[in-house]
Amino acid sequence: MIPQEFNYSRPATVQEAVDLLADNDAKVLAGGMSLIPLMKLRLSAPEHLVDLGRIADLTRITENGGSLHLGALLTHHQVATSALVQEKCPLLAETAGHIGDAQVRNMGTLGGSAAHADPAADYPAALCALEAKVRLVRRGGERVVDIGDFFVDALTADVEPDEIITELILPVEESGTGVSYQKLRQPASGFAIVGVAARVRTSGGKIAMARVGVTGLAATAYRATGVEALLEGSEGSQADVAKASAAVDEGVEAISDLHASSDYRRSVARVFTARAIQAAL
Amino acid sequence: METTVSKKTERMVGKPIRRREDPRLITGTATYVEDIELPGMHYAAVVRSPHPAANIKGIDTREAEQHPGVVAVYTGKDIDHLGAVPCAISLPDLRIPHHHLLAQDRVYYVGHPVAVVVASDRYVAADAVDLVEVEYEPTDSVSEPEEALKDGAPAVHAEWPDNVAFTHDQAGGDVEKAFAEADVIVKERIVSQRLAPSAMEPRGTVASWNSGDETLTVYSSTQIPHILRLLMAGVLGLPEHKLRVIAPEVGGGFGSKCELYPEEALTAFIAMKIGKPVKWVLTRRDEFLATIHGRGHVDYYELAARKDGTMLGLKVKIIQDVGSFHMLLTPAMPTLSVLMLPGLYRFKNVDAKVVGVFTHRMATDLYRGAGRPEATHGIERMVEVLAAELGMDPVELRKKNFVPPSDFPYDTPMGVSYDSGNYAAILEKAVETVGYSQLRQEQQESRQQGRLMGIGIATYGEICAFGPSPALPAGGWESATVKIEPSGNVTVMTGVSPHGQGTQTTFSQIAADELGVDIDSITVAHGDTSTVQHGVGTFGSRNTSVGGTALVLAIRELKEKIETYGAFLLESDDVTYAEGVCTCNKTGKTVPLAEIAPKSWFGPTFPPNTQPGLIATNYWEPPNFAFPFGAHIVVSEVDPDTGEVAIKRYLAVDDCGKVINPLLVDGQVHGGVAQGLGQALYEQVVYDDTGQLVTGEYMDYALPKAAMVPTIETDRTETPSPVNPLGVKGVGEAGTIAASPAVVNSVVDALSHLGVRHIDMPLTPEKIWKLVQQGGSA
Repeated sequence: MIPQEFNYSRPATVQEAVDLLADNDAKVLAGGMSLIPLMKLRLSAPEHLVDLGRIADLTRITENGGSLHLGALLTHHQVATSALVQEKCPLLAETAGHIGDAQVRNMGTLGGSAAHADPAADYPAALCALEAKVRLVRRGGERVVDIGDFFVDALTADVEPDEIITELILPVEESGTGVSYQKLRQPASGFAIVGVAARVRTSGGKIAMARVGVTGLAATAYRATGVEALLEGSEGSQADVAKASAAVDEGVEAISDLHASSDYRRSVARVFTARAIQAAL
Repeated sequence: METTVSKKTERMVGKPIRRREDPRLITGTATYVEDIELPGMHYAAVVRSPHPAANIKGIDTREAEQHPGVVAVYTGKDIDHLGAVPCAISLPDLRIPHHHLLAQDRVYYVGHPVAVVVASDRYVAADAVDLVEVEYEPTDSVSEPEEALKDGAPAVHAEWPDNVAFTHDQAGGDVEKAFAEADVIVKERIVSQRLAPSAMEPRGTVASWNSGDETLTVYSSTQIPHILRLLMAGVLGLPEHKLRVIAPEVGGGFGSKCELYPEEALTAFIAMKIGKPVKWVLTRRDEFLATIHGRGHVDYYELAARKDGTMLGLKVKIIQDVGSFHMLLTPAMPTLSVLMLPGLYRFKNVDAKVVGVFTHRMATDLYRGAGRPEATHGIERMVEVLAAELGMDPVELRKKNFVPPSDFPYDTPMGVSYDSGNYAAILEKAVETVGYSQLRQEQQESRQQGRLMGIGIATYGEICAFGPSPALPAGGWESATVKIEPSGNVTVMTGVSPHGQGTQTTFSQIAADELGVDIDSITVAHGDTSTVQHGVGTFGSRNTSVGGTALVLAIRELKEKIETYGAFLLESDDVTYAEGVCTCNKTGKTVPLAEIAPKSWFGPTFPPNTQPGLIATNYWEPPNFAFPFGAHIVVSEVDPDTGEVAIKRYLAVDDCGKVINPLLVDGQVHGGVAQGLGQALYEQVVYDDTGQLVTGEYMDYALPKAAMVPTIETDRTETPSPVNPLGVKGVGEAGTIAASPAVVNSVVDALSHLGVRHIDMPLTPEKIWKLVQQGGSA
């Protein structure tokens, strides 16, 4: 790696980090899985990096009143293998296990992935399906943003330059809820050409709750509320699932790139939506 | 002095011993170009064109030159007195554009070197690259070879507006008669897409100039140190005896380091200019832009046959995407394809027409297989197309047309002589091992369930053991020196330049058996032109067949000298050397090599008319190529909803002649298959309509990873080659050659009931999905 020259700070606390960000024109470094390649190609040349990697507070996992609070600096590997996350929020653990490869999972972080808002990243599908909340801290203040408002556009999340994500807040899964994340991998990068995260709870032979998050298809990950509405109240038969899944790309402007056309993405999005729901049922 | 030579009886050849190279490689103690640090080292970084075609209106280097730490900036005018990047091939109408080390007044591809910055620090050098202001005037470009051949296409080189780089026509038999007599003619356009060779170690060079004695030492990541020395001496205008080239540890090449690249010569030029050692190592991004690509064929096939499946003749038009300049062997790539067009089949009528086409892209040249994968992919696809047309089983069709074992050596219509083989036997072995008839039954049943299962067969023959010298521009022989050190240990110096093949292991095995000594007493050295006798290098699966034979013959000569010394010491006139010991055939008295060795060097007395020391050198010229062959069978399943291909089984049955080390042969097959499968399913170098390289990172260029490669079952037959005393043929490229048609044939087979006859690589899920959606019509 031959990046341009930059200053480097490694704060020990969140307070130190937000002070550094407030006082400098700096960029946050978490796991570096997206930022470092960009710097390597000199497509990004930050003058100052604030490395959050040694802030112990940001790697906690706590359960609090029906919510699971996950520190933003948890690596994908830690999320995938945490017994607590596996039990309380199995969709996120499963999704984390699908990200990249072992090296990426050992370095990449939950908050870093969310902040980068890559339209093909895996986590955002699950975060949408989980209706996650994002806690952001800056000097002198903090705010909590619903995930539905958080992903603004491709590679743009609702994070100000002087803010850091400290944690993601997720619901503890109620018993009787099945979850699944299904993806078609882009063969070079391992990112999702399309990835679908589903949570389905049945009660009395009917689907009582369905949440479906989709990544890869559009400029940002989103909740497929049309699919959810068609599923809820249905019996979840194969025909019900097929009918609901067909709505996954409704009103969506599908991405087209080197690896897949928009038509193909739409088609496989329906396939993977059905598969994720079936697997969750 | 410790003597380590002991009598040994255990044969090493044929044993799956572990690679003797591996301890240094896996403990990080190997020395690559990047690891070389010399006092006062400076660093070079290259300014590259962002345009596929543009006039250079001006270059302003002032800001870069004033940047702290920058020593010099060189542009085209500084090097126009130096020689061109060489192309060593001659063809009657070959057009060779002058390929300067740095662009002069035009750039011809994205990545074309325009200037080079030298600094005391590599970060500073990279910063200064961004400070060089180049004023470009972009002009129209052409990226696809078939577009470049059209009237009115932008001319890559103004002096040749048709963009034809060369043509090459070769015919055997009477193809028109064969086509007139045919009952059926099948036709197909078959593309072998551009690939990035993707050696794990990027290219790099360190050069050091000694102004006192005017000598230049060049460390380069190369497969051909001896040839590189000659070529670089020519480019720099330096006598070659003043130049020493060292190939240190080289982390793979796959053919891509069988060149003289502009940056290698520039690094040497700069070292001479500034009088300081200079290091230049390519980034991965630049490796994609400016290291040769492989393949790049658009081929038009016509195969003529009788109703009973007897193949009669083949017409092929090959369009080779050259890129904007020839590299060392570029024009030879499609001519190598031509040699292997008939595959393993005995039809005698072939007409091949090749056209090389200039495009605004990086040059193509040799990449693992080098011309043979394209030919094999073509004929093995066409056999399947013919089988489908005739409703014949592809196994039966192949067997009906194979060259029979009784016909060897077999003179092909392309003017080469296949050395030995039994093609039907190896296909039968593969068919039996995989359970072919049962698989066909499973396929029937799975189709009834709506599943898309396919069985793909590919047989292949390849030309390797390069090769007789008339076939190569700088000699096709190879050399070996074997020296028994005073301690009795053995130093082998080979002219080949292995870079991952495990040749130190196989040559140690060969030497251990030939000399009858312990394998641990043997060291194999290579890659330094000052210490190793002249050699040719490593490419075309030639190390063991050609270099190994030179080694054996050097040892045989040496054994005669050992016997001379043994006789002298035993005061006998009748001795035999075997298993590390000289024995008097009359008295039974013995003297071990460990005792002969020091006396051969130190005396005090020597046998009459015998030079001191035990050392012998052999240069061996092979009388022919060797022709390995094999049969690979793939079982795949296509997901009709997504178009994804899952490889359920991969069986490789290969015949590379005599096997020196089965572990290494399996390793070569595994790696080769992974690369061929990469071409079949994943890899492609993509330039967009504007000539920009789109697949310039591993984020977009899909090299198969471990989890994407299936378990590979391997098996062998062993047909010795009569071409060399070891009976070896070569296995470095076999897997790559067989895998792409085997995989594609399996997927086409899975979709054959939909009327699919051919699919071009890579078989992306979307391509397959579209075919399934459209019921087979592309």
